[in-house]
Amino acid sequence: MPKKENLKKVIVIGSGPIIIGQAAEFDYAGSQACRALKEEGLEVVLVNSNPATIMTDKHMADRVYIEPLTVEFMEHIISKEKPDGLLATLGGQAGLNLAVQLSEQGILEKYNVELLGTSLKAIEQAEDRELFKETMNKLGEPIPESTIVEDVESAVQFANEIGYPLIVRPAYTMGGTGGGIADNEEELVDIVIKGLKYSMIGQVLIERSVAGWKEIEYEVMRDGNDNCITICNMENFDPVGVHTGDSIVVAPSQTLTDHEYQMLRSASIRIIRELGIEGGCNAQYALDPNSNQYYVIEVNPRVSRSSALASKATGYPIAKVSAKIAIGYSLDEITNAVTQKTKACFEPALDYCVVKFPRWPFDKFVYADKTLGTQMKATGEVMSIDRNFEGAILKAVRSLEIGVHRLHMEDMDAWDDEKVIKALSKCNDERLFVIAEAMRRGIVDVDGIHSITKIDKWFLRKIKKITDLELRIQNEQITPSLMLAAKDVGLADRSIAELAGKTTDEIRTLRKTMNILPCYKMVDTCAAEFEAATPYYYSTFHAQEDEVDTSSKRRKVLVLGSGPIRIGQGVEFDYCSVHSVWALRQMGIEAIIVNNNPETVSTDFDISDRLYFEPLTSEDVLNIIDKEKPEGVIVQFGGQTAINLAEDLSKAGVKIFGTSVNDIDRAEDRERFDEVLTQTGIPRPQGISVTNLEDAIKGAAEIGYPVMVRPSYVLGGRAMEIVYNEEELIDYMGRAVKVTPEHPVLVDRYMQGTEVEVDAISDGVDVIIPGIMEHIERAGVHSGDSIAVYPPQTLPQKVKYTIVDYTKRLAVGLHVKGLMNIQYVVANDEVFVIEVNPRSSRTVPFLSKVTDVQMVDIATQIAMGSTIKELGFKPGLVSPKHYVAVKAPVFSFNKMADVDISLGPEMKSTGEVMGIDYHYNRALYKAMTGAGMNIPVNGTILFTVANKDKDEMKQLAKAFSELGFKLVATAGSAKAIKSMGIDVEVVGKMHERSVDIIQQIKKGRIHMVINTMTQNQGKSVVHDGFKIRRATVEHAIPCLTSLDTAWEVLNVLEFMRERRLVYSLAIQDYVGGGYDLA
Amino acid sequence: MKGKLILEDGSVFTGDLLNEYKATGEVVFNTGMTGYQEILTDPSYCSQIVTLTFPLIGNYGVADKFMQSRESFVNGFIIGELCDEGSNWQKENELAKFLNDQKIPCLYNVDTRAVTRTIRSQGCMKGIIVSEDASQEEIDKLMAVPIKLDVVAEVTTPETYVMDNDGPHVVVMDFGIKQNILNSLHNLGCKLTVVPADTKADEIMAMNPDGIFLSNGPGDPKDVPEVIEEVKKLIGKKPMFGICLGHQLISLALGANTYKLKFGHRGSNQPVKNLLNGRVHISSQNHGYAVEEASLKELPLEITHINVNDGTVEGMRHTSLPLFSVQYHPEASPGPDDNMYLFDQFWTLLTGETKGE
Repeated sequence: MPKKENLKKVIVIGSGPIIIGQAAEFDYAGSQACRALKEEGLEVVLVNSNPATIMTDKHMADRVYIEPLTVEFMEHIISKEKPDGLLATLGGQAGLNLAVQLSEQGILEKYNVELLGTSLKAIEQAEDRELFKETMNKLGEPIPESTIVEDVESAVQFANEIGYPLIVRPAYTMGGTGGGIADNEEELVDIVIKGLKYSMIGQVLIERSVAGWKEIEYEVMRDGNDNCITICNMENFDPVGVHTGDSIVVAPSQTLTDHEYQMLRSASIRIIRELGIEGGCNAQYALDPNSNQYYVIEVNPRVSRSSALASKATGYPIAKVSAKIAIGYSLDEITNAVTQKTKACFEPALDYCVVKFPRWPFDKFVYADKTLGTQMKATGEVMSIDRNFEGAILKAVRSLEIGVHRLHMEDMDAWDDEKVIKALSKCNDERLFVIAEAMRRGIVDVDGIHSITKIDKWFLRKIKKITDLELRIQNEQITPSLMLAAKDVGLADRSIAELAGKTTDEIRTLRKTMNILPCYKMVDTCAAEFEAATPYYYSTFHAQEDEVDTSSKRRKVLVLGSGPIRIGQGVEFDYCSVHSVWALRQMGIEAIIVNNNPETVSTDFDISDRLYFEPLTSEDVLNIIDKEKPEGVIVQFGGQTAINLAEDLSKAGVKIFGTSVNDIDRAEDRERFDEVLTQTGIPRPQGISVTNLEDAIKGAAEIGYPVMVRPSYVLGGRAMEIVYNEEELIDYMGRAVKVTPEHPVLVDRYMQGTEVEVDAISDGVDVIIPGIMEHIERAGVHSGDSIAVYPPQTLPQKVKYTIVDYTKRLAVGLHVKGLMNIQYVVANDEVFVIEVNPRSSRTVPFLSKVTDVQMVDIATQIAMGSTIKELGFKPGLVSPKHYVAVKAPVFSFNKMADVDISLGPEMKSTGEVMGIDYHYNRALYKAMTGAGMNIPVNGTILFTVANKDKDEMKQLAKAFSELGFKLVATAGSAKAIKSMGIDVEVVGKMHERSVDIIQQIKKGRIHMVINTMTQNQGKSVVHDGFKIRRATVEHAIPCLTSLDTAWEVLNVLEFMRERRLVYSLAIQDYVGGGYDLA
Repeated sequence: MKGKLILEDGSVFTGDLLNEYKATGEVVFNTGMTGYQEILTDPSYCSQIVTLTFPLIGNYGVADKFMQSRESFVNGFIIGELCDEGSNWQKENELAKFLNDQKIPCLYNVDTRAVTRTIRSQGCMKGIIVSEDASQEEIDKLMAVPIKLDVVAEVTTPETYVMDNDGPHVVVMDFGIKQNILNSLHNLGCKLTVVPADTKADEIMAMNPDGIFLSNGPGDPKDVPEVIEEVKKLIGKKPMFGICLGHQLISLALGANTYKLKFGHRGSNQPVKNLLNGRVHISSQNHGYAVEEASLKELPLEITHINVNDGTVEGMRHTSLPLFSVQYHPEASPGPDDNMYLFDQFWTLLTGETKGE
């Protein structure tokens, strides 16, 4: 029973789609909160638009609303559900903002809903710049002095008061143009003059610069009784200046004296007390590396990314405890779930070193600005644990899956020393590797690197220790003591092999004969002071005692997780891993999970029977297998990460449950897959593989333009493109790929048809197809960036029949045991297969939720040897439901300057939302609204489309015009529109220097842009398009880069005129009651 | 050189020896993540072999200002990684040099978690630090060295000294006091006269104190019966505040009992509940003995604080006299300073004024 006795029903707000800065950590937090509230006997209502999450499973809450996180939808849900309380502090910034809006608009009051946890006042005090300043001043907590000036004299006067260095930031410019750091008056005057010019309102903000100081964070908790504890402190490897989400972070702090540690701890407690936060809170500090002076940089009055990290780093479940505090418990009344003996009112003691490393999307966004600064750019992160920093940082690097296994990037081998030294001063994603390279070459010493980077020498000496050891391995015989030293600093067998000029297998065998094996230690919140019940482990070579009890006689199976969140592999795969673990446990099998992502549900200590927080490389996984000796491994739920390990594991004699390694290869290898298609008689778009330009030109001509071209290997993400003529093909071949006999380029017929996606479960004989999804955007837009609709709205019966038939044939032909995902393209009612993935896919959570088929559960049972018939399921296509679910992509373009937002064959979205309704158009509206698209009801639409699209665009323009929109267009597009007899205003392109489109967008005169990509129409045109698209991002207006999306927006707009838009139902209303699996 | 820690029960933990000093002592562990210098110089660890559970030690070097007493009294130091070059602006020396200067036997690169797990399940026990190639004879000889009992005499101040101030006069009975207790009392405004542990009650009363403070210190409180006798005489005479060993001595003087904990409380994260207001504070602790709750029943003592983890007595006050004591360390150093309010409370007993929040 909750301590607050008035509470019977609580509504929890999730954080919505995954975007940069707000990732899977809130699925983890929200899931923990829902479970914590349910175990108190509360009725829980959950609202979250993100279908890829565990928290939106129907058994996680009594009522799950997968609806847009807007005030309108929230009000509807609140009016229906009449909850007693609302919990918003676990839904990230999105959840918090929504709660503030609901309160400000009087909705909470109107329906008599109590805001649980931290009060609105506290939220405002922490978030409002002025209030925060006032509060800190009152407490006597220092914040960097700042002022706003409108002239140079005031700037100089301020500088005279507080001294240098100072940061100057012009007010209201995009991307910080015109700002800078001033070390003296001369520089200050110069920067301020420029800044005042750039600022649209003639103001600049001047603030004391603490760049280069140590950045330290504390996770603090407080209950309603005013008990305060700190869970963990963290020290950023990168000094102040890099967003903490983009920093390498260690826990606990390593270079702080007890006095410094306690000074900032006490400040954190004073702050949380003053703000009156009830639950978790995060405080960030800048600490002078040369004195006791510090500044409070930021306070987050809620559970954050750092809290998820702190939870995983310590074992302390911050979200769960926050939820209990919100319903009235005090810390000393809550049991420590880890020890089961002690209470939640204590401070975790770590006896290991934790490293968090950000995962950036620069492999996908190759043209993005990689500089790290105040805007976070990472999509995800990895965490690692070891008894020393060296081991932990190398584990973290291995976990990133960026093709690096030690502090060495191959590209840098070709750099000359000067380039390395120059690169040291660039703060970007490669800096750690540049530092290591400089040390390896011995061209700059620790002091020199410190003076350039300001990174603490303690960290730099650790890196030096690693590179020194690398040199020893290169130059010495590998004796047992050298091998032990190498493992002690965390070098992988593969790295040692590379350095010693041996194979990984040779090193592994040698190491084992030397009896140098990892020990596994427990994460227990208390440094072994108390016996703990958590089965949460990490490996170390820096120990003598292994404490994992593997004596259980039960069957056991290893499930591989999916590693860090990145574009193309998001939280969906964690959802699948978690469900697989649950399914195994239900079968009475011990489920052991291996993963390295601290944001996820799968790395919560009470999900699996045992959790190994380790890199997902073959060495690290094989070490665990040597230790645990499981019956086998399940790889099909951990995305490509897990699939990529299947071959190595299988070679090492490990049983892979589910689809065999050979069959995985038959699906993934192009030539072998062609054989499968020939055998099964299934067509694919005609294509060839070429090794030179001439063959490409000849081949493309035979196939017929447009063609889809891509390298058979991945070159930094610049992969697929659609080319429409020979000229474009030649350009592509010269620009994007390096074609050689070893690296052929694939040229495929581009079929401008409808893309269709199917997820199926097969036992090799029978096949269940839970549903078919139709994509709105025509083929050519990556399936992950398309709007997907279940069930299909436009496919003829014959096509659906063919899809079901092909799916069955492929499943049987590939001997699939478990899940598979197939992408088809349908052109003129003909079905072609594009791709088969013999594993779970991005759409599995979505489809599981809307069809109520427990896909991962069934697939796991099949992988373990059961059959569809045995399980009592009817093979074939599951009858489509009467409602419609739409999955829409969500992008993080506003976080990534310099990235083109136009959709194409390369995936760019970071997350997804779902709209579900009995009306297709309303489901679409919900999906678009949930994705953050502000569809204008009236106003002006700008058309600027490629020549190839002009005919189709004419119809579209007519339709929008009929709905009352005013149209503006660039010359060519305007001409086409005018030919329909429709009024349109012509705007000049930027390079034409007439009425500037960007200015129009800036001034809010344009409410939506329909723009399609032009290639090969001259650089300025291409550049114009890019600038227009970026301007829409910066001013938050919808920009549709596919005419298909535009048609659907039109659909929604028509629907909006006739019916009410805000109507919500819980997922249980659609699919029926819940069941308890968790 | 390789070395090992051997426990009385035969467990062996290997590591590297920093120096050639040998050690015998009771092996205890501390779970604090910072404050190794404060721990090393806390006289309450006198004659013990201290194991730190946090594996990275020496990261910020050592500095005079963090000394908690004139020297380190520990008999041995068992740690994971020993940082060879610390990094902090306050660093005056490397930890390794400090250990050598202080002649503290140190075994590093030890799996201290394994040591801790052994002590947690077996209880604190005697152990020795020897080189890897030590003969059985040497091992037996070291293991036979008895655990010292007269530790208070070793650590207490040899001479009486005064820390002058304008405020009330407090006589501090030094059983091995930490510097930050003195600083905390002095910062309150108290004039302090610090006296050796064997100072008689009448000598103390002759100093005309406004209050008496009983410090922390090493060992079993029952090993200093002569001190208990003097404390008996002092109780009720003047406002009294005791910390750690001081708290245990007060309880014994009033007729309560103390007992040895299985593996003690040593760390910076121990939650203590104040029964008077229901609030929980995190405390710094270092004690192997505790006051027996049942033995307080018939006495004019009220339990004011308990440990949230195991329910043991952490604080008490007299039901009629101006006397209170706590088992833990409000002065922190190392550890959190959540409990500084206790010094303010002593100030109130001394002056009738309220200080602080």
